[in-house]
Amino acid sequence: MAKSNNPSVSSKVQLGEVVVLRLDGLDSLVARLTALGFETKGPVVRDGAVVPGPITGVADLPVGVHDEQAPGSYRLTRGDDGRLFDWAVGPGSWKAEFFPPSQEVWRAVKVGDSMQFTESAPLAPLAIVGARPCETAALDVLDRVLKDGAHRDPVYADRREGAFVAVVECATPASTCFCSSMGTGPGIEGGFDLALTEIDDARGHRFVVRAGSDAGVEVLSVLAHEEALDEDLEARGRVLDQAAARMGRQLQTEGLASLLARNVEHPRWADVAERCLSCANCTLVCPTCFCSDVRDTSDLDGTLERRRVWSSCFDLEHSYLHGGAVRTSASSRYRQWMTHKLSTWWDQFDTSGCVGCGRCIAWCPVGIDITEEAAFIAASDGATPANAVSKASAP
Amino acid sequence: MTPVVHRVVGRIQETDDVTTLCLEPVTGARMDFRPGQFNMLSAFGVGEAAISLSSAPGDRGPLRHTVRDVGAVTRALCQRDVGDLIGVRGPFGSDWQVPQRTVGTAVKDVRDTVVIAGGIGLAPLRGAVHELVAASHGGGGRVFLLVGAREPSQLVFNDDMEAWARDGARVLVSVDRASPQWHGRVGLVTALLSDAGFDPANCRALLCGPEIMMRFTARALVDMGVAPEAILVSLERNMQCGLGWCGHCQLGPFLLCRDGPVVPYAGIVSQLLTERER
Ligand code: SF4
Ligand code: SF4
Repeated sequence: MAKSNNPSVSSKVQLGEVVVLRLDGLDSLVARLTALGFETKGPVVRDGAVVPGPITGVADLPVGVHDEQAPGSYRLTRGDDGRLFDWAVGPGSWKAEFFPPSQEVWRAVKVGDSMQFTESAPLAPLAIVGARPCETAALDVLDRVLKDGAHRDPVYADRREGAFVAVVECATPASTCFCSSMGTGPGIEGGFDLALTEIDDARGHRFVVRAGSDAGVEVLSVLAHEEALDEDLEARGRVLDQAAARMGRQLQTEGLASLLARNVEHPRWADVAERCLSCANCTLVCPTCFCSDVRDTSDLDGTLERRRVWSSCFDLEHSYLHGGAVRTSASSRYRQWMTHKLSTWWDQFDTSGCVGCGRCIAWCPVGIDITEEAAFIAASDGATPANAVSKASAP
Repeated sequence: MTPVVHRVVGRIQETDDVTTLCLEPVTGARMDFRPGQFNMLSAFGVGEAAISLSSAPGDRGPLRHTVRDVGAVTRALCQRDVGDLIGVRGPFGSDWQVPQRTVGTAVKDVRDTVVIAGGIGLAPLRGAVHELVAASHGGGGRVFLLVGAREPSQLVFNDDMEAWARDGARVLVSVDRASPQWHGRVGLVTALLSDAGFDPANCRALLCGPEIMMRFTARALVDMGVAPEAILVSLERNMQCGLGWCGHCQLGPFLLCRDGPVVPYAGIVSQLLTERER
């Protein structure tokens, strides 16, 4: 007979210690974070998709919700299993919480013979319960752009540094997921305040929880938790093994950056351009895409406002330079996007720009698949329009 | 992210569509910068554009920016009058690394410098030429300025070019299409290279102009024996923030606001200048 966990206690947890929370413990976690003054958010179902939203407890989470994802398609289904996190990432990412799609940078008014500026107010501290491992990896990527470079974006950096992040490891990756290839999931070993693994077996529906920071230790210590047994750790291992085994896609990352750098003239770029609509969906759903436009407006009363809004390298205006766009063709824009993600991001920020979340595959209206495009180019390395490989002979 | 408010204290109509704005901060000290760097200039209520500094750090006068009217923001900047306010953020980016004028110390770098500009490409080089000409009198190397423009009416800084020539620089100018009043050379700027008289084995070259002009000029310099490592080019892309955040100024591995605008020609840049980005 399986051992049962020790009865619930609230006791000081050590950094790195593993404990078990039941559903009521998860409820208390949300309540505790809110009581500490955090704006508490988690995955919620809205408009037929799992997206970030405000939560007050377990009931707000996607209870019994599952997903079916494939190139160009995303669909939620409902079960009666009561599981909370058996879905893969949806179209919304946590990026928007730190780097809003439209954000005031400053307002200015004329005062005397000069101007007075008011910078945008800092956002409230945010707590996330239920980010996926690839999503915290994506935030780490964004940190290198907006926080850790020569110039620190104060709104992003303050909100990021003040955030509390409870990650839930992935048990059921989608067919579009390839985080195993990118080293960003389905499990997570660092860079979180708390890491949870959802388990539902003979010994009940519960979460194996690790504290990864002092803030995580503090919050976890006041929640009713149980000591984790070997069986709990083994159950977590099984969840992660099964998740890795059902990963729907893979990307061969070895040598990929230089492969794309030397295949600028590859005929595949023209081929993908025949399918690509330049709709920019892929950049909107991508959790690491950071391009923005800076826009100035003036009110009738003379107040000036500068905003920063998301933009996309698929927009013609993105590369506008005295009187015309530099990247005029769809092929040059798709090549810019994919080569940036997988190649020049390394040059610029010493990391991959892709975390393998699969969003761009599911949300591309024509199902263009970054892993398939990369595999094609790898299989026909060095092809040029002059020596083009026929479509039939490539994978 | 908030600009420093400057006042237009002078403006020079350089050509039909090119204006130099002379700016002083409304409060506080004038900024420090190196020739080749740029600022983000705000035409308040219209927008912001990346404009290189065309003055020299050693000048006593106001900051200069030379703007070509090519869109809504640059048009608004060109239309600003003396007394108007302009926002300035910067300076950003890399510089030409010309020897600094330091009173009383000898200039260590005695190589020839050949400065090659196409059209308004002379603007980000103007401060460098000022510094180089001054340094040449303090033991620095000789200065060669080769300027090309489509037509004589598109030449900028004619007074400066005369002054630099009087001050010892060798200045050669060529236009693609002569006007009836033009008695100078006609042809591409690359045709000036062999007549200039610099020492290819012991020189540095600074290039700014249309990419195609820089591509042919850099190749011609290498053919003459100039080391690719001794050639610097200034590259340009759309820029919206100057801070490395907005993603617009990407060119291959570069974020040009951060890694440029001035980059060495050797290696990846020589390749980028030949690849089609379209
Ligand atoms: S490129 Fe696609 S798979 Fe990679 S992080 Fe972006 S959306 Fe996810
Ligand atoms: S790859 Fe797909 S999602 Fe991205 S711009 Fe093209 S059609 Fe739209």
